[in-house]
Amino acid sequence: MTTLSDPPRESFRLSMLINDTRYRSYTFQFIALVAVIALFAYLGSNLMYNLREAGLNISYGFLSEPSGYDINQTLIEYDSQSSHWRASVAGILNTLLVAFLACLTATILGVVAGVLRLSNNWLVRKLMAGYVEAFRNVPVLIWIIIIFTVMTAVLPAPSAFRGADPDRTMLLDAFAFTNRGVYIPKPVWLEGSGIVVGVFIASIIGMIAYRRYATKLLYETGKLLPMGWPSLAILFVPTILMFFILGRPIELDYPALKGFNFQGGIQIRGSLIALWFALAIYTGAFIAENVRAGIQAVSKGQTEAAASLGLRPRRIMNLVILPQALRVIIPPLISNYLNITKNSSLAIAVGYMDITGTLGGITLNQTGRAIETVLLLMLFYLAISLAISALMNVYNNAVKLKER
Amino acid sequence: MKKSVFLGALTVAGIAAGAAAAGTLDDVKARGKLNCGVTTGLVGFAAPDANGEWDGFDVGVCRAVAAAVLGDGSAVEFVPTTGKTRFTALASGEIDMLARNTTWTFSRDVDLKFEFTGINYYDGQGFIVPKALGVSSAKELSGATICIQTGTTTELNLADYFRANNMEYEPVPIETNAEGQQQYLAGACDVYTTDRSGLAATRAAFETPGDHVILPETISKEPLGPLVRHGDNEWGDVVRWTLNALIAAEEYGVTSANIADMASAPGDKPEVNRLLGTEGNLGEMLGLDADWAVKAISVGGNYGELFEKNIGENTPIGLSRGLNAQWTDGGLLYSPPFR
Repeated sequence: MTTLSDPPRESFRLSMLINDTRYRSYTFQFIALVAVIALFAYLGSNLMYNLREAGLNISYGFLSEPSGYDINQTLIEYDSQSSHWRASVAGILNTLLVAFLACLTATILGVVAGVLRLSNNWLVRKLMAGYVEAFRNVPVLIWIIIIFTVMTAVLPAPSAFRGADPDRTMLLDAFAFTNRGVYIPKPVWLEGSGIVVGVFIASIIGMIAYRRYATKLLYETGKLLPMGWPSLAILFVPTILMFFILGRPIELDYPALKGFNFQGGIQIRGSLIALWFALAIYTGAFIAENVRAGIQAVSKGQTEAAASLGLRPRRIMNLVILPQALRVIIPPLISNYLNITKNSSLAIAVGYMDITGTLGGITLNQTGRAIETVLLLMLFYLAISLAISALMNVYNNAVKLKER
Repeated sequence: MKKSVFLGALTVAGIAAGAAAAGTLDDVKARGKLNCGVTTGLVGFAAPDANGEWDGFDVGVCRAVAAAVLGDGSAVEFVPTTGKTRFTALASGEIDMLARNTTWTFSRDVDLKFEFTGINYYDGQGFIVPKALGVSSAKELSGATICIQTGTTTELNLADYFRANNMEYEPVPIETNAEGQQQYLAGACDVYTTDRSGLAATRAAFETPGDHVILPETISKEPLGPLVRHGDNEWGDVVRWTLNALIAAEEYGVTSANIADMASAPGDKPEVNRLLGTEGNLGEMLGLDADWAVKAISVGGNYGELFEKNIGENTPIGLSRGLNAQWTDGGLLYSPPFR
């Protein structure tokens, strides 16, 4: 009788780490990891050593101290007695504001330019090609400075609006274009305005519900309800009716020249406009190329098949081409949004107080805490970028090709 | 390949760390050139002239230090810095000293770890407005739009002044003096504020200087002077005493015209002799040649000569000596004794 023994256990020898293909890749990855960690540890200890030599330390205590400086555009309450942290938050909000405005405008510009670049009209096609090539190939900083300089040089100072016979007059008595920015009327919310706003929000929900219902009806029965005018009607008619029923609870506060400047109304600063438009037209050119690539990625047979079913060109674009093109367009669109957000840090060129201007500019300078503020800045931009990326990926998952 | 890149990076980092530790005086001597931080351009204080040569009152300090250390007033590499970049440039060792109308403040001295080596201009913050506005006092500026260089003490003073006087204003942040001048002239801001000397220098560059008034209020003390990194005391002494030598030379009547004579042989004033190296060993104590001060003063003259040539009443800038007169003339300039 023989006993069955286990197959001889393979003994592990140290040389197998190099000679055995099963372990070799892990060995090298481990060595690389150790090397990278060592490099960063060296850089970190070098930094700490140099800081210690210079008698400095890393401390974020300055964030709670009064900042001492004023910011001209803040979306939150802020004055020079607020903390550096509050100044940073004001800066972040300014960054987000310009990034949001620029993303929106760039998307509209980009989609229009991208579609028109494929137009059958020679002139339109060439014009759009010219726009894309001109704006894509000149650095965005140059565009920011060009727009800002042109605005300050061409538009008049507020003093031009002064006097009995001024050089310039306000457009419709409501809009003033000056080299300090554009002044527009500001809505004043009187009693009952909340109801009007509530009705408007309900109208938006109603419009979305109507469009969903119409789409569902189309898919189930093939019956096509009109989309355009009912949507607009649902959106505006109840709100306007309510506005007049309640006796016009929303009034406009018009800007007027008082003292040195226009007072009242809303001032859209020249620096914001320059940054917003420069980012929008610059990134719009990139988005136009993405849109063109996305549309061209859809086989021409799709267009022909749809046309043979008797669909009109606009419907072909909306129902057949764009839904398929979107899955090519969205991923690069995400990175364009990230680029807008990051490029908004060029704001300092025109004195727009974004996060780089407040935390990374004045706070850094007044406190001398360069390493701390730059680390915080990196953290903020990283967080903003990852958040945009996550949101856009949710949308991408919704529109991407679903295999059933 | 990867390994060599990695080792290369380590070596570079190691060399950089080693360089930072050595004394600045030895560095400058070994390099044969002084790296001096100046403004990006403020006529009278530091600006390149028509030939591209840097010229001005602050530049004079750089040249004097270079002459004292290296014996050559032109052995200077001028590094233009903005209000934002100046301290990083100094702290990182990119420049050896900063001579850039920088205000001596507590936090810069103590917290930022810099060493102010003296005051070469006693200044204060003022406002400039177009005459057409009809403003005669800073107290009437409520609601004005004000151009202000970011990252400066003037920015903080401005906020304090308007808050203390219960007035409102709109800051327009700008980076450089040139930008501020352009924005102000375009009417994008009603008022431009900076040190009074800077306002005078800026106004001198206008096409019609007479159309602009500098308001009478001075809202802060702005002692401007050169500074070096904290902790390198030998180097700090060199810069401090070079500036003192320029100031003392004026007090003792040593000028660029008579210095060659006075330095050729010991005279009857012991302190002048010690300053000029014909007596004692002050130069040796600093680690420099015996005639270090002679070289420094010869380059652009003594303090008074530098002042008159660059920003004095006969220049377009037209600043009077005021607080910057010698203590013997009722001003604040006072050099400690050379002994």
